[in-house]
This record gives sequence, C-alpha cells and structure tokens, in this order.
Amino acid sequence: MIRRLLIANRGEIAVRVLRTCQRLGIHTTLAATEVDLDSTAARRADRVVPLPGGPRAYLDVPAVMAAARAAGADALHPGYGFLSENPRLARACAEAGITFVGPTAETLAAVGDKPRARERAAAAGLPVLPGGEATDAGDAVDRAERIGWPLLVKAAGGGGGRGIHVVEHPGELAAALDRAAAEARAAFGESRVYLERYVESGRHVEVQLLGDGERVVPLGDRDCSVQRRYQKLIEEAPAPGLDPALRARMHAAAVAFGATLGYRGAGTVEFLVDGGAFYFLEMNARIQVEHPVTEAVLGVDLVEEQIAVADSRPLWTPSAGVTGHAIECRINAEDASFRPSPGTVTEAWFPAGPGLRVDTHVEAGTVVPPFYDSLLAKVVAHGPDRPSALRRLAAAVARCAVAGVDTNVALHAELLAHPDFRAGGVSTTWRPDRLVAHG
Amino acid sequence: MSLSHEDVQEILGLLDDLDATELHVRTRHFTLSLRRDGPTGEWVQATTTPGRTAAPPPASAPPSAAPPPAAPGLIDVRTPLMGTFYRAPTPGAEPFVGVGSPVDEDTVVGIIETMKLMTSVHAGARGRVAEICLDNDRFAEQGAVLMRIAPERAGAAP
Repeated sequence: MIRRLLIANRGEIAVRVLRTCQRLGIHTTLAATEVDLDSTAARRADRVVPLPGGPRAYLDVPAVMAAARAAGADALHPGYGFLSENPRLARACAEAGITFVGPTAETLAAVGDKPRARERAAAAGLPVLPGGEATDAGDAVDRAERIGWPLLVKAAGGGGGRGIHVVEHPGELAAALDRAAAEARAAFGESRVYLERYVESGRHVEVQLLGDGERVVPLGDRDCSVQRRYQKLIEEAPAPGLDPALRARMHAAAVAFGATLGYRGAGTVEFLVDGGAFYFLEMNARIQVEHPVTEAVLGVDLVEEQIAVADSRPLWTPSAGVTGHAIECRINAEDASFRPSPGTVTEAWFPAGPGLRVDTHVEAGTVVPPFYDSLLAKVVAHGPDRPSALRRLAAAVARCAVAGVDTNVALHAELLAHPDFRAGGVSTTWRPDRLVAHG
Repeated sequence: MSLSHEDVQEILGLLDDLDATELHVRTRHFTLSLRRDGPTGEWVQATTTPGRTAAPPPASAPPSAAPPPAAPGLIDVRTPLMGTFYRAPTPGAEPFVGVGSPVDEDTVVGIIETMKLMTSVHAGARGRVAEICLDNDRFAEQGAVLMRIAPERAGAAP
C-alpha cells in the first residue's frame, strides 16, 4: 500500500499529482531544484526535499533516488518529461524497494528507443511509416533516399515532439542531423536520431491505455493535431469526426501493442491518421500532458489509476463509453512569435465554473524559470457535445488573465474561433504560424 | 490542504446568490480570491498557497559580472534570449567558433537554450572572433555579451 510518495517533477503536473495524493491520503514529498523551492508545488507538498546540482537535477537519477530515501518514500511518481520514461530510474526504484508509478524498466527501455519501438510495433502488426535509425551520416543519406523527401529527423530517445526536424532536400540533411542530435542530447541525454517519412496532411490521434501487466484496456482517444513546433497546443477527446471503424481499428492496434509489452500503468500510443489509414508513431509510457480531456469524458482520475495499478490493485475499466466532448488549451509563456517568455508572474486569474477545469502551477508571484518548459496552465472545458465544449472553452480562455510574462492566450482565442478548428479534424500542418502571420 | 475543484464549484454556487463582485477568503490553509468578470459576470479565481508573499527574486543566478569593457572597435554579440549558452552543436563537439575564427553576419557562433527551445546565435558582423565572454554551458542573462567580433575593415582581405 502506497503511503508516502515522492514527486520527481515540477510545474503543473507536480501540482496535479499532489492533488490526487492529498485526496487519497497519501503523504507527498516534492523533490525540487533550488529554483523551484518556492514553487506552488513546493508550497502545497507535505514536505520538500531539495535536489542539489542545479536546474538540471530533475534528470539526475542518483539525486532523485537520494531524495526518495530522504523522504522515506515507498513510491515515486515521475510525472511526464524528465526521468519519467527513464529505465534507470525505474530500475533504481525496484532495487531500492520503492514502487515506481509507471511501467517496468524493461517496458520503458522497449518503448523509449523510438526506432526499436517502431520495429516492435511493426512486428505486432501495426502499420508504420517508412524509416529507421541513422547511425552515421553516410547511412543517413542512403536511408533518406529510400524514404524520399521531405522527411523527418527525430530523436531516438525523444518523445513529446522534441528534437524533430523536417528536411526538405538532401543538402539540409547533415545540418538537421547535427541540430536534432544536439537537442536530443540536451533534452534526453541521448543523441541518436532516426528518420521517418513526413506526412504533411496527417492528423495526430492517440489512444490512451491503462494496463496492469496482464490486461490492457483502451480509454478512448484524443486528437492533438493543433501544434506549433511539434508541440501540442490544443487537444480534445474524442477525436472529432473519426470514422467509427477506423477508431475501432486504432483502439485494437493500441491494445495489441500494449499487450505485446505486458504493459503496466497509463500509457499512450500515438498514431498519424492519413485519410483512412493510420500509422504507429510512438508510445509514451507515462501520464500525458493532455490526460485531463480523457478524464473529463470518462469520469476517471488517471493519476489515481496509475497509483492503483502500481500498487497491484484492480484495473479500472470504464463502465460506459465517453460522455460528451472535452477540449484543452495549453497556456504557455511565450510571445506572439512563439519566443519563450520566462519571468515573474504578477497576476494570474483563471476561469472557474461548471464544466471547466484549470491545471496550473501559476499564481501571482510565481517565477517561471528559463530552464524548463513554458507550460503555465491547461484550461479544459467539458460539454455534452463538441460545440458546447468549444463554446465553454472559448469563453473560459477569454477570462484568463496572466500578467508579468507573455502568454499565448490571444492565440488560443483565435484558434478556437477559427472556422477550420470549429469544423473539427484539422491536420498537423494547420499551422498557427500561418494563422498569426500578422502577429 | 488545498482547495479542490469541487470546493470552488460549491463556493461559486453560493456566491451566485450574492450581490458582490469580488470575494477574498483567507484561512489558515488557503487564500481564495474571486471576482466577477466580463459582461456575463462570470467568476474567475486566483488561488494562492500559504506562504506566498511578495514576488520572490528571479530564479536565475545573480547577474553574471559584466564582461570587461570592449576594446575600441569590437562588436558585441549578445544573447537573443536569456538561457543556457552552448558553444558547440553537440556536447563534446568542436565549438562553432574560437578566438580568431572568421565570421560573417550569418555565421552561427553558438546556441541559446531557453525553456527547451534552441535558438541559434549569429555573429551579426563580418570579421574575426576577438573574445569569448561566456563559457560553454553557462547561463546568459537577458542581453548578456557572449563574444566580441573584430569587424573586417572596409577593403581589407577577409
């Protein structure tokens, strides 16, 4: 039975995990770097253990394990990003007798290596796009010629859209490989990259899974096609206008992949949908940023279910299908040209009301450091159908008031009002960049 | 404890019957501020957690000592954003440039990482690198000088 949990993360997801733990009566300790000792999560946790070693210490397995021991933790929740999908942390927890709230180290290794996960998915019968690992520059050129142009360079140890570059022409390949490797090294501590065919007209649709190591159940799907720089901006559940037969095939494919892994925990299988076809992209073996839209339409607390399966308690299965529609906007600290805007928040007002949920770590006085991602808040609206959820969300976004740092609130207002988005089912190339070309 | 979504919903339900436009609740456990907003008078909230007082100082390290003043005629290359300065494309790789490297306006001389976003730093002038003012993997404050360029004199060979 989990009683004392260490949260090895920061920002809104740390606050989110804290909330569930406090409801469940689990004692929480937050491991926080020096710049986060005064954060909202640190103030709300039952206890805070400093992580020495500077702002990057969230990536330091020994430091995190030392914090877990100092906290007397019997479990560790890694959140998303940082070490959440790092097999070394899962293994260190297992060796220390601490329950890792996530999949096994073996599963993390299997899905964390993206080119190998692709191969594994293909072996399980899932469709994948042409591609594969580029071990050196010469190899990359050969492989690229077989894939065709344009193509994507992606970080092998990546995920979350980091370290992805479109390469239009052979002449751009070498520079893109270098840059992708640099980003991958900085973000994931691993500089290997792989290539994949670039599908311009695709939609990003993902299936939420929950498994207990023996059984895997699908918890609906989400559409996350509205992106900028391969970072999701707006997510919704269920994916709008998806053909029911295609949806069923995608759910079955995701479950098949989870089953081959003997998956335990919450995880997401990401697909690219191109017309009536779909392709496996990757699996994220952790809680996703956009999990609240699934929670809204299924009436489930995914963090609670993560803790339950980690604790070997029964697997939750939905008693009914999805109820209504939910949409989430990611409010980021960035200006109109998507330049990051770190700083001190001087004012933070978020909407409250029926069908609304705001997950945030931002209050007046919150420092948004330059070292971490720019997510300030997730504003989620749930309604009986997509138009009502959209209406509710647009009204909610209009009532967000954050001062002291630049935000993309105005961009969200534009996106939500746009006829293409209102119609539903835009592709990942529906770029806000173009939309706000005047900005 | 902190205030749950349900708690806030319940409080909002009670408030709808009131004539107030703003409400501030402070208890030992939490502070809740609500105000009516917009033409429909819907409530927006700002919750704060105990202990939050004035805005804390910026999280970054104290501003690094200003680099020594530039020798006459040198051009500063400043960071486009605050962030971590990398002199090489990948850890362990050769730096983009060193002292004496020839550069032109578009030469990439470093990378700044801010909130996980990598931004290339361009020399911005034609000439040679005269000084490196910030070490690799160090934090650059807003507007910090990263290096200096000795500009090519008109008519001189590159």
